[in-house]
Amino acid sequence: MRAFFAMLARDIHVARRNLLPMLVQTLFQPMLFVVVFGRIMTGSGLMRQEYKSLLLPGIVAISMIFSGIMGVAMPLIADFQYTREIEDRLLAPLAPGWLAIEKVVAGMLQALIAGAVVIPTAWVVMGSGIELSFSRPLLLLAVALLGALLAAGLGLVLGCSVSQQFVGLMFSLVLAPMFFLGCTYYPWSALTSFPILQKAVLINPVVYASEGLRAALTPHVAHLPVLGLLVALVFFDAALLYLGLQRFDRKAIG
Amino acid sequence: MSVDIQIRDLVKVYRSAPPAGAMGGGARPGPLPTRGRRRRPKIEVTALAGISLDVPKGSMFGLLGPNGAGKTTTIGILTTRVRATSGEAFVGGLSVAAQPQEVKRQIGVVPQRPNLDLALTAREILVFHGAYFGLPRATIRQRADELLERFQLTARAGDMVRGFSGGMAQRLSIARALMHDPQVLFLDEPSAGLDPQTRVLLWNLVRAEHQRGKTVLVTTHYMEEADALCDRIAIVDHGRIIAHGTPAELKAQVPGGYVLRLRFDRVEESLVERLRSVTGVREVRRDGGEAVDGDAATEDASTGWLDVYADRGGPLVPELLACAVSQGLELRDLHIAEPSLENLFLHHTGRSLRE
Repeated sequence: MRAFFAMLARDIHVARRNLLPMLVQTLFQPMLFVVVFGRIMTGSGLMRQEYKSLLLPGIVAISMIFSGIMGVAMPLIADFQYTREIEDRLLAPLAPGWLAIEKVVAGMLQALIAGAVVIPTAWVVMGSGIELSFSRPLLLLAVALLGALLAAGLGLVLGCSVSQQFVGLMFSLVLAPMFFLGCTYYPWSALTSFPILQKAVLINPVVYASEGLRAALTPHVAHLPVLGLLVALVFFDAALLYLGLQRFDRKAIG
Repeated sequence: MSVDIQIRDLVKVYRSAPPAGAMGGGARPGPLPTRGRRRRPKIEVTALAGISLDVPKGSMFGLLGPNGAGKTTTIGILTTRVRATSGEAFVGGLSVAAQPQEVKRQIGVVPQRPNLDLALTAREILVFHGAYFGLPRATIRQRADELLERFQLTARAGDMVRGFSGGMAQRLSIARALMHDPQVLFLDEPSAGLDPQTRVLLWNLVRAEHQRGKTVLVTTHYMEEADALCDRIAIVDHGRIIAHGTPAELKAQVPGGYVLRLRFDRVEESLVERLRSVTGVREVRRDGGEAVDGDAATEDASTGWLDVYADRGGPLVPELLACAVSQGLELRDLHIAEPSLENLFLHHTGRSLRE
């Protein structure tokens, strides 16, 4: 167990050293979105003020998922294919699976930090007219943890599946659709007029993270039933973790 | 107390691309099925075709062979990083496959490709490595200082390793491998790409560790290096061990010791017969490694190289030449090799290690 915490300490140490670039990398784009849609579009009257409350949980979800993926997948892709830095930890007297779990825990921490930074920042940037509620702290905690695990689990699976030359494709073919079709910029209920799409997006785990954050932060907005989305999050988390651990093992030992 | 290594009938067949680092330039993909449109061509590479080996306690053991011979794969299996297709490997009596965590405590590994943690400083690399092995803080601090000093890295201890030269990175790799005081040290091509001075420094450091009682297993394709440094050597080629023993024993296996490589405008069986009868000549072989290279000369079967194994080098040349001249043949090229492991490799494989 000491080895496990030493590995976690290493990742935290490295992340702290790169804190500013890391935050900018994960938060800059969502913040541009907040400025354009949460401020300019609503401020100019092109969009209604209520949109701010719809957008904020989605932006939080995007930031969390994105930082989890950046924090887990990108280092793994580089490590396995190029720098081989991870080998020193694979040679530590600890089953490789624990290293994967350590990476997931580190990714969860990053995702939670990203979420914790985005909420107040977006709130300030969007200005008045936003209705956030913290009246369901337990739900918020549960959704945040499950969402962070989702982010890190996705990172683990992608990090062990995508090779360096396809990173660009990963962003455009996997991440972009996941974010755009993840009910991040609109609530799931807004898809009622597109019944096929509304069903289809349910295979996208990001849907449950953004809807879950809506249920926790802006409960007055229509959202998926809480129990259902929690079950879905648990299911996707378990599936991704299982798949990720298997892939990690295969990558770690030739 | 040091520990030994035992390898029994190790076989490794890669069914996907072998990991980077293993299978150097000489990877030999098996027969590729015809490239179908629907299926990716299956890669099947036999890296090890059944290797058995005993590395005695406290020895400095060299695995010598060309790129792609299976050296890195052997190290990979012994260090728990590669799963063997079949066969067994033991480090200090512990099964590598069944007790990998216990084995990892016993071994220190210096990989072929530097894999230092680029996000850390030299000192942090050692400190974190100690922590991965669960060493107490005080031990970690003391050992890190000591190793930095011994490997002449104290001045750069606080620098990120990104800017380290090849020699410094390699020294730090060895220091890291020693952090948890392993009983066996694996070094995979440690001197590849280093300048001669750095190489000497590196070998002195490794030799010092060996004298402290550690078992050292090193791979190299530099014969002189293996000859000078190792007390036992196994020569590997195409995933098999073709010879093993002490350097002296190995060199004694070459008939006569010397090899004279001669190239004539053409070679006739009668010439081979005559050369064989020259006093001091032990063996004459047609067509060395170059002949397989497919240059124009080999198209003509009667032109080519002769390898003459003999107990002398230069003094034998006039006599050999006389044989050729008397048959009306012209000598085109001549190379004399003193007794060396290179000659042994040539004798076993018909190819030169240097190619």
